[in-house]
Amino acid sequence: MKADKHLEFEKITAKALPEFEALSPGHRACPGCGEMLALRQALKGLGPNTIVVNATGCIEVVSTPFPQTAWNIPWMHVAFENASAVGSGVEAARRALLRKGRLTDADTTIVVVGGDGGTSDIGFQSLSGALERGHNFIYLCFDNEAYMNTGVQRSSATPEFAWTTTCPLGSASSGKTHKKKDLPRIMAAHDIPYVATATPAHPLDLMNKVRKGAAVKGPAFIHIFSPCPTGWRMPAERSIEIAKVAVKSNIYPLYEVIHGEYVVKRNSKNPLPVSEYFKLQGRFKHLTAQDVRTIQDRVDATMDRLLSYARLSDDTKGRP
Amino acid sequence: MTQDIKFIQGNEVCVEAALYAGLDFFAGYPITPSSEIAEHMAVRLPGIGGKFLQMEDEISSICAITGASLTGHKAMTATSGPGFSLMQEALGYAIMTEIPCVITNVQRGGPSTGLPTHGSQGDVNQARWGTHGDHAIIALTASNHQDLFQITVEAFNLAETYRTPVILLLDEMLGHMREKLIIPKVDEIPVVKRLRTAVPDGVDFHPYLPREDGRLPMSDFGDKHRYNVTGLYHDMWGFPTSDPQVIHGLIHHLMDKIENRVEQLTRYKEYFLEDAEVILISYGSSARSALHIVKNRRKRGERLGLLELQTLWPFPAGLVRRKTRQADFVAVVEMNMGQIVDEVKKVVDQHKRVFLVNRVDGGFITPENIKDMIRLIQGRGV
Repeated sequence: MKADKHLEFEKITAKALPEFEALSPGHRACPGCGEMLALRQALKGLGPNTIVVNATGCIEVVSTPFPQTAWNIPWMHVAFENASAVGSGVEAARRALLRKGRLTDADTTIVVVGGDGGTSDIGFQSLSGALERGHNFIYLCFDNEAYMNTGVQRSSATPEFAWTTTCPLGSASSGKTHKKKDLPRIMAAHDIPYVATATPAHPLDLMNKVRKGAAVKGPAFIHIFSPCPTGWRMPAERSIEIAKVAVKSNIYPLYEVIHGEYVVKRNSKNPLPVSEYFKLQGRFKHLTAQDVRTIQDRVDATMDRLLSYARLSDDTKGRP
Repeated sequence: MTQDIKFIQGNEVCVEAALYAGLDFFAGYPITPSSEIAEHMAVRLPGIGGKFLQMEDEISSICAITGASLTGHKAMTATSGPGFSLMQEALGYAIMTEIPCVITNVQRGGPSTGLPTHGSQGDVNQARWGTHGDHAIIALTASNHQDLFQITVEAFNLAETYRTPVILLLDEMLGHMREKLIIPKVDEIPVVKRLRTAVPDGVDFHPYLPREDGRLPMSDFGDKHRYNVTGLYHDMWGFPTSDPQVIHGLIHHLMDKIENRVEQLTRYKEYFLEDAEVILISYGSSARSALHIVKNRRKRGERLGLLELQTLWPFPAGLVRRKTRQADFVAVVEMNMGQIVDEVKKVVDQHKRVFLVNRVDGGFITPENIKDMIRLIQGRGV
């Protein structure tokens, strides 16, 4: 019995997609923006009874150019480093008001939104603190693997070897020299009820994961792979394709951690070689055959580890 | 000899000048409108054996440069308002521990996220009083690329000479504007080297014992000498103390080493001050508009002059008092709600002669803006 069978939530199916749109069209994201697409899907999954706390980043900038807003739900922009702390305050204060009977609607979902910089770098501390305190909110991390809003500088979520403006290519530097921070694994280590990975190329999967995150009591963290044609140096129409290839090549495995138990789905028996993923993007055009082998070995090892976690979760099911 | 002429952004000028001054360590965090400084450092430093680090936030950025500086490297970070706010605690630490470093703040509109892509001069008082507790600080600025190069090198020189953090205040216009820069030849601008102790290996070294001239020689941290560094009040060995006499001595040393040297630290430029009836005082990019209107009005026979401040802190009170004595009135041109104007009012003979000419809507203060406000002050109507 898989852990996800025990998590009760209202599932979205292809035949019954919610009509609700939290984001109006006409916002100023670049063509092919993966994160705005994923955000639209995530908010469809949550419905109108949602409050958003948004860290500084592309989503904030493109959705609210003065004097307009794309948001049809309550939305609050805070600084770069503190979205989870503000989300904590909103959640805790609402809980107090509910307890005193001054608020009656207990079903409102609080969503904290950040990019990879606002989540894995500058906002990491406030996120970790909020998860430890157990605030009942969903954190959505839209990971486009660099600081796209300020002009494609590296983040700790930028993959190894990738070009960015602060990991330039030249005789003394050839892209990022450090590995990508494994954010979902760190979040799972906080022992929160729900952690998942998702992409905009798998919309039903994404919407249902967000719904699961809303259904659990306590913090949920959803890591969303968000292709960025501008920063990844690829054609705008490739965003969905690249997300599919990322999943099929195990560069970005889709999985959930439900109450500590790993559930891996959609992993291919015959994964694509990672070179298929790299060849679509300009930011990897300088990779050597050795670089590609290094990454292939690492991706294989990571997938093995993930599957072993999932097997272990199955084996230990029902034990305290 | 051919000149090395470039047509570049102010942010790039800051990078080139820092390298000229001997910088070999940069740690930073991207933030508009300063990101180009980090980007160009990332391109320039690896090739010359230097180190570029992108940190996880601005707190880490300033802490990394204090650590690097203590080990013997010339180090800088660059940021803008929100990042400068995050740096304030560690700025106080660098002041207290007397670690030389340069913090560049390419100012944007504030408070909070404010106006990321628009210029401002709103962080002048933050540079002076942003960190808690009594302290002194050096803050410099410039209005054009050639001056910016010179001032950036001087920022490093003053940091080394006085063992203090130095704030370099740029603004969005200056940072993103492109204009001509003639790269000075080697040795054309003097570069102050790190003063290292002559105390030999194995002999007790006092990291906080000033020489007779007031300077404190340093020892590369982790090299020859073992010593203590702390943000607590400390004695000449660097050990924490609550001895009132030592505390009294240290706070006065930290203040006096800067506040008693205002004349040596003052950098400024003056235009047509000799017979000026109306004196504009300005700094940074707004001094460009001020200079334009001064030249323009001079052609019409109006006796305007400009005092352009490059050292903002410690405030050059004596200079301002001296230069403005003959003027009918003084107009301080700045892009904030009046931060330097208050300092000017404190030091002139009659503060009622001092007026603020400002603009705070994100737009650049133009010569026209200044001209209109001067005419209003003169009672001539716009």
